[in-house]
Formats: sequence, C-alpha cells, structure tokens
Amino acid sequence: MKDDKILMGHGSGGSMTHELIESLFVRYFDNPILHEQGDSALLKLHGQNLAFTTDSFVVDPVFFPGGNIGKLAIAGTVNDLAVSGAVPKYLSVGFILEEGFPLDELEKIVRSMSEEAKKAGVFIATGDTKVVEKGKCDKIFINTSGVGEIDDNLLAISSGKNIKAGDKIIINGGIAEHGMAIMAARNDMNISTSVLSDCACLNGLIAEALEVSENIRFMRDATRGGLGTVLSELVRKKDFGIQINEDKLVPKDSVRGMCELLGFDPLYVANEGKLVMVVAANDADRIVEAMQANPLGKQAAVIGEITSEHPGKAWLNTSVGGKRMIEMLSGQQLPRIC
Amino acid sequence: MKYIDEFRDRKVVQALAQEIRKASTQPVKLMEVCGGHTMSIQKFGIPALLPGTVELISGPGCPVCVTSRSYIDKAIAYSQQKDVIIATYGDLIRVPGSESSLEKEHAGGAQIRVVYSVMDALQIAREHPQKKIVFLGIGFETTAPGSAVAILQAYREKLTNFFVFSAHKVMPPAMSALIDEGVKINGYIGPGHVSTITGMKIYEGIPAKYGLGVVISGFEPVDLMQSILMLIKQIETGNTRVEIQYKRAVKPEGNVKAQQMMNEVFEPADDWWRGLGVLKESGLKLRSKYSAHDAEVNISADGMVPLREPKGCICGEVLKGLKKPKDCRLFGKVCTPRDPVGSCMVSSEGACQAYYLYNR
Repeated sequence: MKDDKILMGHGSGGSMTHELIESLFVRYFDNPILHEQGDSALLKLHGQNLAFTTDSFVVDPVFFPGGNIGKLAIAGTVNDLAVSGAVPKYLSVGFILEEGFPLDELEKIVRSMSEEAKKAGVFIATGDTKVVEKGKCDKIFINTSGVGEIDDNLLAISSGKNIKAGDKIIINGGIAEHGMAIMAARNDMNISTSVLSDCACLNGLIAEALEVSENIRFMRDATRGGLGTVLSELVRKKDFGIQINEDKLVPKDSVRGMCELLGFDPLYVANEGKLVMVVAANDADRIVEAMQANPLGKQAAVIGEITSEHPGKAWLNTSVGGKRMIEMLSGQQLPRIC
Repeated sequence: MKYIDEFRDRKVVQALAQEIRKASTQPVKLMEVCGGHTMSIQKFGIPALLPGTVELISGPGCPVCVTSRSYIDKAIAYSQQKDVIIATYGDLIRVPGSESSLEKEHAGGAQIRVVYSVMDALQIAREHPQKKIVFLGIGFETTAPGSAVAILQAYREKLTNFFVFSAHKVMPPAMSALIDEGVKINGYIGPGHVSTITGMKIYEGIPAKYGLGVVISGFEPVDLMQSILMLIKQIETGNTRVEIQYKRAVKPEGNVKAQQMMNEVFEPADDWWRGLGVLKESGLKLRSKYSAHDAEVNISADGMVPLREPKGCICGEVLKGLKKPKDCRLFGKVCTPRDPVGSCMVSSEGACQAYYLYNR
C-alpha cells in the first residue's frame, strides 16, 4: 500500500521520516549541502565555516517533569549545532500560538528559554510571532534555528567519514528518560513516577571532550528514535558494523520500570540530553574521564565499538549473553515527543 | 529492579544453557505459541544460547496475526459510519486490510482512538453519549476477560452506546489443530499470560492425545531457558505432561473469577484463523443477553470492501511453524514493518517483525 496522506509515523524520526525526506524534500530541494544530511548544514561564508540548523517543537504536554517546550527548543537546536562540532552562537525563535493560550504560561516558557540560552552561551538574535484561531494548533508550537562557528579540523565529525574499525562508542549516561517523562506526564496514563526528562544543552560537555581529544570522529544526540535509531543510521550503507554491550547501558530503574510496564524498548525511546560519540580507541578513557567531570556526563561510559565484522549492521550483545540486531525504528513509537 | 533482574541474571542463564546442552541428546523442535514469547526470545537473543539440537519455532499466538483481513475491513467500514468512534489497542492500527488500514483512515479523518485499556473505551462512551463507541476486542483468554468486564459494566450502567466487535479467540483448539495438520514439533512452550487466566487444565488434551509436553513459561530469559530445559527433560525421559514454570503468576486452576466473567458474557463459536482456517469453537462471541453491546448486531458495515488477500505472503505457514519468516520471498524486501504486507510483520508480537528487528 502506498501512502497518499501524511501519517503520524512520518514524524517518528525513523524509517518513514527518512523516506519522506528522501522521496520528497531532497528530490525538490536538491543541492550538495542538503545531501550531507547531518544534524547541521555545513556552510562556508567568506572563508569562515558555519553550521546552520533548524528544528520545530510540538511536544505534548507543553510542561513536563524536567523541562518544557521552550527549554527543549533551545537545547534541541544548540545540540544539533554542537554535535556537528560547532560552537553555537545565534538562535532565532518562531512562535505559533493558539488563541486563548494563557500569557503566564507563555512567560514561564520564555523565561526558561532565556535561562537555557544564557547557560549555553547563545544569543536569541531574532524571532517571529503568529497566532492562530483556537483549535487550529495545540497551545504552542516553537521553531528555532541556529548558527555556529566550526573549526576546519572538526568538519569531518558531522559525516563521521573518519570512523574506523576498533573505534569506541561512548554515551554520556542512562537512556530513555525524556520519552518516559513525557509518557508519565500525559494524563491519560495515570502513572506517577520520579522520572525527569534529561533535556539539556550539551555544548559545554562537548567542548570539554574536544579539549582532551583530537580524535572524536562522530557525534550525534540520540533524540526521537532513541539510541537504537542513531546506531542503525550510523552503519547504514557503511563498510563497518557496530557492537553494543547491553550491560553497559544503564537506564535508571524508574525508567526501566516504566518501559517494562508500557512495553517500550529503551533503545528506541527518545532522549534530549544524550550524546553518542565515536572516538579513537586510545582516546576513549581520557574522553570518558573528562565527561564524567561534568554533571551531564557523570555516567559516561564506553558502550561498544566499531567492528569490521557484519558491515552495515548493528548488533547488541544482550545482558544474558545472547545476541540480536539493532534495527531502525519503523513507524511511530510515541508521537509529539519533541 | 526486583522481579526483573533475578530473571535476567547472566550467570543463571548461562548455567541453564549448560544444563540444556547436557540434557539434550536428540534434535527437538519446540514451539512457542505465544507472541510475547516470540518477541522475548528474539529480544534477548535466546537462540544463540541453545545447542544445535534445540530449535525454537513460532506458533499462532499473536492475536493480530491470526485475525482475518475482513475483520480490519469491517472495522474500517464501522469507522466510516456516522457517529462512530473506534477504540482500539495500538497494535491493530497499522494492520493492512484489503484496501486500507485504520492508521490511514485516521489520517483521512475517521474517529479512531488508541486506548491502553478497554476501560478507557468505556470512559469515552460515557463522555460521548451521542456517539457510538466500538471497541475492537482482539486477543486470547488474556484480553477477553477485560472485554467481558467492560461489557458487564456497560450492561449495568445501561450505556447503550458502547459496543464490542469481538475477534476474541481461545488457544487450545489451535494447539490441537496444528498437530492434526501434521506440523512436526516435540513440545509446546505454553503461553504465560493466557494461562494466568485459564490455568493448566485446558492443555491436558495435548499430552493425552498427542504425547506432547506443555510447559507454561514466563517471559524473562531465565523463565524461557528453564522452560526449555523442563521440556527437554520431559522428552528425554518420555514423561510428557503439562507443567508450570511460570509459578509466580500462574495457578493450576487459573483465575476463576475472570473465567466466570468470560463465560457469562461470551460463548464459544467457530472462528477463522490465518493459516488454520475455521476451527470449531475457537472464537468467543457475545451471548444474546448482551447483544445490545455487540457491534456486529448493532452497527452497519455498509461500504465494507471485498476481501483481498496479499499475493506471496506466507503468514499462514509461518503461523503454523512450517516456515520461518526468512523463507518468505517478500520478507525484508517488499514486506517490512514500515510497509507490512502480512499481519505477522505488523504486530509487535508477530514472528516476522521479531525476526526483522532482531535476527535478520
């Protein structure tokens, strides 16, 4: 069956989203920069390398444990720039507001955007406001775009073209917190839990890692499709494979409990403050140590490695000693997670 | 995490693997009838832990997979009637009907809501007295009591706008039918959740009539490995019988109250299973006392499209354990979770999806 309408799964960040991008957006907007399809576009203006990115936020509910749509909108764009190896500098903010949305809630959102931008060291340089009739959007949608500067010697990070067999894979902590925090906050679930979203700007943490190593070969924030989707995207059509050790992944007990209860695989649940890095084996310990000194990287660990075996595939060594493949999320796991 | 970590203990699993290797002298095929088991087996990578003598094959225990396409077609026809809201568990949303799916109808404007419990569907009925709420009742003895409770509640509250479209099925007729059809297996890993309701008696015909063992298993790696070991010991000693490994959840007599409610609301009826055809008294339909809540009696299915089965799909044979998903020429090429041809690829309990995700 071919789709003739947009389905919720087209927004999942998994294989349906990819298909839509490739069969429609890339087909019409085609140019060499877009082709790279990194987290940010890499541009050259008068000899200076720039990273440029955009993201829209439609999370439901607007306020959730550990953050709100505004904090998410700043962190999301800052992180897309930072994982490309860029230093985030300037952001734009576009609001689409529903008639009747309480002003004090809007102020709360704007205040946390301002706080988050200060923490990340970025300026909100321009913006736009639109209001639509009640019922034509759900409370508030935010778009943020951002530009950052990027060093010549970090240009390869975005594509990961220097990845080699033997490289180590690092993550900065437990997975699946954002997705489960949103799930718990939705009032139709009737779940009370201490799970907080991990939503945070990662540019500081990334800068500290880049200080101790020149051999960071790839970075990506594991958002919508979770860690599993990042890993399977990374090996797609490549001449290397990935091996991950499940027992090195340390989701919090509260998060694991919710995943068990609701039948989610934590590998595919969204994060908003988790960073996947591929680094040279010799530098791995040093990088992990540097990350652990930052509150956002306290539980940083090597979780696996790049291998020349099974090219194009990511495998998980399960905690009980079995093996299974990690595939890209297809269809939707959770709609409107960010 | 308590009650989980003990059952995912690497040392215990490895020790059981060692014992299985010691105990197993002859090649055996064990069938897990429950879709939840299929998923756990693949997710934890169990096959890699077993010796070459032990082969696991998946059976017809995924409710979505055995349901006919015409059920989806009818649900879609209901969704197009005026004032109807469809309430369904999420796993039916993407199952292809002959021409469309509930997901596509939802995008086209049909009122379709995903619920986590049938009680949520009942609540929608209370909140929208001017609408007709049709709950898609699918699943085995595990979910049928839930539907029964909702129907009893609607009956008591005189909620005349709440209907159940029942495709509920019972497990034992399918387990017998498989053997009668000549499927060669040496034992059953018995369904865990179904058995919490039914207890162990319903399986007693399997050892009595066919000489095959049934071990009712939990869903964690230690559960599955232990159940496999129990079955192999039964086979090696020739002492086949029904045993419960999943003792922390399954009582020999099951959940008697749930059984009573199920019997109060439903009666057995002949039903069609993908791969197996019509099996006698294998389905559950609403008793006439509750026909006011039976969607098939009360809601028009005008506009239902003629049934069209997909070409080349071997779901039927996969469900009987005669073929593995990888034997299908559509598998992973034309048929993926993104664009499923057969129901076994759609359902999160389907053998094809389990193999696609974890073992390609």
